[in-house]
Amino acid sequence: MNLVVCVKQVPDAKNIRIDPVTNTLQRQGVESIVNPFDLYALEAGLRLRDEFGGKLTVISMGPPQAESVLREALSYGADEAVLLSDRAFAGADTLATAKTLAACVRRLSPFDLVICGKQAVDGDTAQVGPALAQSLDIPHVAFVGTMEGVEAGCLTVQRMMDDGYDTVAVELPALITVVKEIGEPRVPSFKGKMRAKKQPVPVWGLKELDLAEDQVGLKGSATWVERIFAPEPRGRREILDGDPDTQAANLLKRLKEDQVVKLA
Amino acid sequence: MDYFLTEEQLTIRDLARQIAESRIVPSRAELDEKSEFPHEIMKDLAQSDLFGITIPEEFGGLGLGCMENCVAVEEISRGCCGVATTFAASGLGAYPIILHGSEEQKKKYLPRIASGESLAAFALTESTAGSDAGGIMTTAVLDGDEYVLNGSKQWITNGGEADIYSVFVVTDKAKGARGATALIVEKSDPGFSFGKKEDKMGIRASVTRELIFDNCRIPKDRIIRKQGAGFLVAMKTFDHSRPGVGAQAVGVAQAALDEAVKYAKTRVQFEVPIISFQAVQHMLADMATSVEAARALVYCVARSMDAGAGDTSKVSAMAKLFPTEMAMKVTTDAVQILGGCGYMREYPVEKMMRDAKILQIYEGTNQIQRNVIGQALNKEYTRKG
Repeated sequence: MNLVVCVKQVPDAKNIRIDPVTNTLQRQGVESIVNPFDLYALEAGLRLRDEFGGKLTVISMGPPQAESVLREALSYGADEAVLLSDRAFAGADTLATAKTLAACVRRLSPFDLVICGKQAVDGDTAQVGPALAQSLDIPHVAFVGTMEGVEAGCLTVQRMMDDGYDTVAVELPALITVVKEIGEPRVPSFKGKMRAKKQPVPVWGLKELDLAEDQVGLKGSATWVERIFAPEPRGRREILDGDPDTQAANLLKRLKEDQVVKLA
Repeated sequence: MDYFLTEEQLTIRDLARQIAESRIVPSRAELDEKSEFPHEIMKDLAQSDLFGITIPEEFGGLGLGCMENCVAVEEISRGCCGVATTFAASGLGAYPIILHGSEEQKKKYLPRIASGESLAAFALTESTAGSDAGGIMTTAVLDGDEYVLNGSKQWITNGGEADIYSVFVVTDKAKGARGATALIVEKSDPGFSFGKKEDKMGIRASVTRELIFDNCRIPKDRIIRKQGAGFLVAMKTFDHSRPGVGAQAVGVAQAALDEAVKYAKTRVQFEVPIISFQAVQHMLADMATSVEAARALVYCVARSMDAGAGDTSKVSAMAKLFPTEMAMKVTTDAVQILGGCGYMREYPVEKMMRDAKILQIYEGTNQIQRNVIGQALNKEYTRKG
């Protein structure tokens, strides 16, 4: 199988800070890590590669220092890595990011499966995976918790839902985004780490991806960040027990007590 | 202190530390409490290639030396001394094959040990033979193309979990130490079984069992080196393995020091953190100094051995003796600094203190180490006249 796994460098959530003046994420002096969900994506990819053979390429869009997350992915056993880095990519929203990643995946064709973590822990949008599938014009399944198997060009997966899971067969090539139920990421190996230090990681920019400046970065974005703020805490919440009649009676009683409703 | 580790050594340190912090530390209290064998952690260590450190590359290992092994063992032991015992015992079981095995034996067994697919174990101790290796009663008698083993081995680390055992038996009782022979026994060999799992004071994540040989038949090509070479094989193995026990001591003592300093900085008495009291500072200063001195000794001996130093029995014994005495003292002092908290199972230092005790006992008691050092001194000064 020819696999592509997308990873993102994010600030370590353990010590995240918001700049009180600019209201944006403070990235300076904060340690960067591989987005934790992307490690699950990498593990899913490595298991498929180990079972079916083939090649696993890991890609990331980011500043030059994002190369470190690609080297980390190589130490876990990824075969190759490509960094998408160009000044023009700066300020990309999920749409522009997906288009840039799509151009990279196309250049890596033919591919069987693209795997992403369900979301990045900094932006938390969970949009880039599905948007990437859209850009590539391939089917996708989000929130995959289990891969059941590959047969006749179809991958069968379990999509985790709030109240259970759906079993979905998807024709390859396809894209999946994975959740942590997919299985604990393995530890890196000594041989992997030594190889990762030396292996070349090519950097692809606008030119290599054959993209125009207005398709990427801030210019290619359909959205922009207006403001980042800490949300107001929600009010007190309460869950009422009992059968529907009791719940309704209690609800009405409470609404009257709090003078939300007045009945004549 | 910067020991100017090589790139490979730094990689091993980071990798072992990552496994210790992410896999071992979160589960060590439960493994200790339940006396549970760390199967999952062994899989992680197998995945990491660390089981192959001292095994030559042509047999699937990393082809590195005693120093790299010490760096790995130290970090794993910093996470849990019991897990480190399991890991190091596999290396101990492999050493007789690495050092004295035939080409065929190396080809057959070392790749499985290097990949972590199989654990190895080292079986010398018996009810009548511990410090006195001459007291071995387990016999092996040649019968056609097979050796027939009878007897039992006691307190064998990885017993029952390991697939490959380096076993020391008597082939000629009349010859004393020259009548001892090392053999490879496989878990599946007929007539080989295991006794009960021991309930230990510390290193409870590791497993310790009796090995029972009841007319156990093994092919005669399982002999290591040659008949009668058992004592030499055991002593050479210990020369290589003892700095590893020292590294375990450095790891567990470092962990205890880390906990003690962390606690002393946050525990407030008389309205100040207790680290501001000279009485506590001096204890911590002594602990830190002795941990560093032990580490320096272990690294120095390991590097000397890897550089091809000749007779290393004396310094190898020193690299076990000093760090393990140090670890007992430092872990006990850590419990003292944590006070009531230190004595409680909720905090990790009482476990470190229980774990540290075994290091003064196994792989040659510290009294035996002193014998080795003393005898070497006697020889050296006789030569000097």
